[in-house]
Amino acid sequence: MAKLAIANRGEVAVRIILAAQELGIPTVLLHSEVDVGTRAWRMADEKVCIGPATTAESYLRIDRNIEGALAAGATMVHPGFGFLSENADFAQACIDAGLIFIGPKPETIRALGDKISAKQLIEKANVPTVPGYAGSDQSLETLVAHAQRIGFPVIVKAAAGGGGRGMKVIRSKAEAPELIASAQREGKAAFGSEIVFLEKYLDHAKHIEFQVFGDFTGRCVHLFERECTVQRRHQKIVEESLSPSLTPELRAQMAAAAVGLAEKAGYQGAGTVEFLVQDGEFYFLEMNTRLQVEHPVTEMVLGVDLVKAQILTAMKAFRIWKQSELTPRGHSIECRLYAEDSYNRGLPSTGELLGMHWPEGPGRRYEVGFEAGDEVTAYYDPMIAKVIVWDEDRPRAIRKMLRTLDDCVVFGVKTNIPYLKAILTHKDFLDGSMTTQFISQYFPEGLEAQEPTEEMAAFAAGALKSVSSVGAVSSAAGVSPWTQGWRFV
Amino acid sequence: MSSGPVFESSLSVSSPDFRTNAEAMRKHVDEWRSRIALVKQGGGADAVAKHKSRGKLTARERIEALLDPGSSFLEISTLAAWEMYDGAAPAAGVVAGVGVVSGLECMIVANDATVKGGTYFPLTVKKHLRAQEIASENGLPCIYLVDSGGAFLPMQADVFPDRDHFGRIFYNQARMSAAGISQISVVMGSCTAGGAYVPAMSDENVIVRGNGTIFLGGPPLVKAATGEVVTAQELGGGEVHTELSGVVDHLAEDDHHAIEITRDIVANLNKIKSLPFTIAPVEEPAYAPDSIYGVVPADARKPYDVREVIARIVDGSKFHEFKERYGKTLVCCWARVYGMPVGIIANNGVLFSESALKAAHFIELCEQRKIPLVFLQNITGFMVGKKYENEGIAKHGAKMVMAVSNARVPKFTVIIGGSYGAGNYGMCGRAYQPRFLWMWPNARISVMGGEQAANVLLTVKQDQLAAKGISMSQAEQDEFRAPTLAKFDAESSPYYSTARLWDDGIIDPADTRRVLALGLSASCNAEWGDARQGVFRM
Repeated sequence: MAKLAIANRGEVAVRIILAAQELGIPTVLLHSEVDVGTRAWRMADEKVCIGPATTAESYLRIDRNIEGALAAGATMVHPGFGFLSENADFAQACIDAGLIFIGPKPETIRALGDKISAKQLIEKANVPTVPGYAGSDQSLETLVAHAQRIGFPVIVKAAAGGGGRGMKVIRSKAEAPELIASAQREGKAAFGSEIVFLEKYLDHAKHIEFQVFGDFTGRCVHLFERECTVQRRHQKIVEESLSPSLTPELRAQMAAAAVGLAEKAGYQGAGTVEFLVQDGEFYFLEMNTRLQVEHPVTEMVLGVDLVKAQILTAMKAFRIWKQSELTPRGHSIECRLYAEDSYNRGLPSTGELLGMHWPEGPGRRYEVGFEAGDEVTAYYDPMIAKVIVWDEDRPRAIRKMLRTLDDCVVFGVKTNIPYLKAILTHKDFLDGSMTTQFISQYFPEGLEAQEPTEEMAAFAAGALKSVSSVGAVSSAAGVSPWTQGWRFV
Repeated sequence: MSSGPVFESSLSVSSPDFRTNAEAMRKHVDEWRSRIALVKQGGGADAVAKHKSRGKLTARERIEALLDPGSSFLEISTLAAWEMYDGAAPAAGVVAGVGVVSGLECMIVANDATVKGGTYFPLTVKKHLRAQEIASENGLPCIYLVDSGGAFLPMQADVFPDRDHFGRIFYNQARMSAAGISQISVVMGSCTAGGAYVPAMSDENVIVRGNGTIFLGGPPLVKAATGEVVTAQELGGGEVHTELSGVVDHLAEDDHHAIEITRDIVANLNKIKSLPFTIAPVEEPAYAPDSIYGVVPADARKPYDVREVIARIVDGSKFHEFKERYGKTLVCCWARVYGMPVGIIANNGVLFSESALKAAHFIELCEQRKIPLVFLQNITGFMVGKKYENEGIAKHGAKMVMAVSNARVPKFTVIIGGSYGAGNYGMCGRAYQPRFLWMWPNARISVMGGEQAANVLLTVKQDQLAAKGISMSQAEQDEFRAPTLAKFDAESSPYYSTARLWDDGIIDPADTRRVLALGLSASCNAEWGDARQGVFRM
């Protein structure tokens, strides 16, 4: 009897539970102490607590995840994304414990996960890469010398990293030693390895990635691309499929490169090959050996269910699509909705979610890890939900997303909805010409605080009537210092 | 409208000086913020978890729930007992301040039971009494959120017997009740022995079922005294007191319910607040509030124009200056803060006879016109020397002190720099009963500067030695001065002051305008009384 353990939390855990429910497979949530009572916790058939809130003591603990899965009698483990999803040791430990790991083989993860060996692999596969340095001599002098050879700007990254941590842009030789050393320190702290690599920093590039999928027979297909160019500090915010930036020729070349690499790596399950595209050239960036956060946009334009496909592939019960069956239609956009203050440099806004409303409509989809009453804590990523839309073409999809964001209601914490709307209506986004510098160029500090609209002012006046009636100075003054919710700190 | 010209700043925000100053002030403010953040954790995570496991809200959560939605909260003395009692009493174990409840400005005093069970250290008593004093002067209803084990027994001698000790709390409740200032208690935890009188002396009160207890002697004391065995709830729980004894009026199911009842109590106080002054539409200052950081020189000895500070506090940066050409080391002006009129007296150098006379004249005018006074203190003292003593600077300074002491309009003092010597008196220091006294985090306060004190002591010593024919080497002189310098340095820190309640709290300079406005608004809840003299031209 199949039983699926989920070594993750939040919206991705919910996504996996929903897929398992459709397949009739019971689920076990491996969760931390503070995640008791969250939406995924309530939805899972069984739960096993694997440690305290701190991820290093729970979600990142291989031994506790394995013990938890075994204790509940699970037969499979889905790692979601983040946490242990790209950890070869975890995949191996699952196999050693007699559990099916939903993802590629450990040796594939190992080969692709370490960015240095991945880069060597891709060179063998004859895919263009960004000029860089990935040698084993990690002395500061060597690294600085290579940075100079590549030519500034140069980016330094932690070899074992991901998600933007341990990455630095070096713009001159003077700042090179300090930034390289800092990346090494962060890599050591975050991933336990201080190995870094260098590459040319492309300053008006687009981030375009290809979804690939391999089945248990070794056959691989691609599921077209996603453009994730809108990034803040290397974290994606808005993603879409297809990309507005590729010609059919370039798309075909990139797709061939992605599939070629996946086949060379003996890839099984869902993976993503990331590229940077600049001036009609593409450069391999990295391959992510897991499901991506932004997978829904691919699902929307192709009409597939990647998570179910992952589970069934791992169970050897799914022969993947023929390439010719995969024909994209229309356009899909995803926005990551964060609990943060759009008007205050995007500072995280934690607290209880007092009320949430996600209005349905044709072509709207929400991936939500919370329900009203849940708390957004400082322990984990403050992403509340992913809002996804599909429509016939890109302009319509953008309009639908704007309308959908207007309809979404979140009480209790501040959200980045105003920020997302500002991005979606920016001329560079509208015409598709945005680059990875988009955010730092136009919205480096979030949004400027705005004057309240008349409607907002009227609401506020109504809500605060009891305050302003007596405690306030006088209505003649217009504004009372008491009604501004002020605190010392 | 404020009538007066808009002040034109002569500072450039991009100048190196401005930036250096701003950076120095920001450092002060950051340090202050980090200390506040520390204190806000109360008795620490473990104590808070234990407290919450009983279904209780923390003191700060209780206050947040009690306040009207969107109400500001003017907290007092957050850093009371800072670096005292070996750090055992953050905020002196009690959170207090003014906020709006059911439309009324109220003084809220909430015991923090996560700090030594909410027991009263000497500074807890002092802070509670100060909160009552503010309530009494400003006519603010008092809401006590009680959760306290009473006196901190190891320090009972410093807490119990004297005039301004524990008993004074109940005396104040009685006197305020008589003066029509409502006294409301919410018993959300223990209320033992003397503490039992907080709810007992209140006009109307609430108790939380299960958690709240009130008794003169707890179960252990009862057993020791009479042999009777009884549980805390049987002895003085919510059901007993609301059903049998009548000590309490309302029974609540939990903290939230108790707070709802309390809000209803306040809504039924039938209190009227009438404004004693004219109001103008609020105008924001023409200069950004936090540009105030760049105004004050990083080097405290460097002079600067205090009008730059005033311009960042008052409505529209407009003020009407009085006697601009006379006694120029003191700036006197009228302006508005959040539409309310103020008379500002601000130091712009050492006090001379003329400055003191100008201040006395200006105070009389504000008194006659019922305009609250704001003192911006940055004062090294009165001028010294033969010329000045001979012209009678002591009697001129006395006029200023006389006027300050007897002014009936509300006075507010902000120490924005140094507060030294008799300058502190004339500029409405703590002894002169300002309604509120706040300090900026860069402020210093002592009887004189450390340098001066060390030199005075050195001169006296040298004179003694000279009589014996001994002289001191430079090294000996430095060694002699060092302990005095160190002592003055430590004791003149604003944290040393605020820990001992010489002030009502340290504030972010950028908040000065708002804090003043809250204080001004609060001051209108009580009658001010009338001026008793005409205006003497000084």
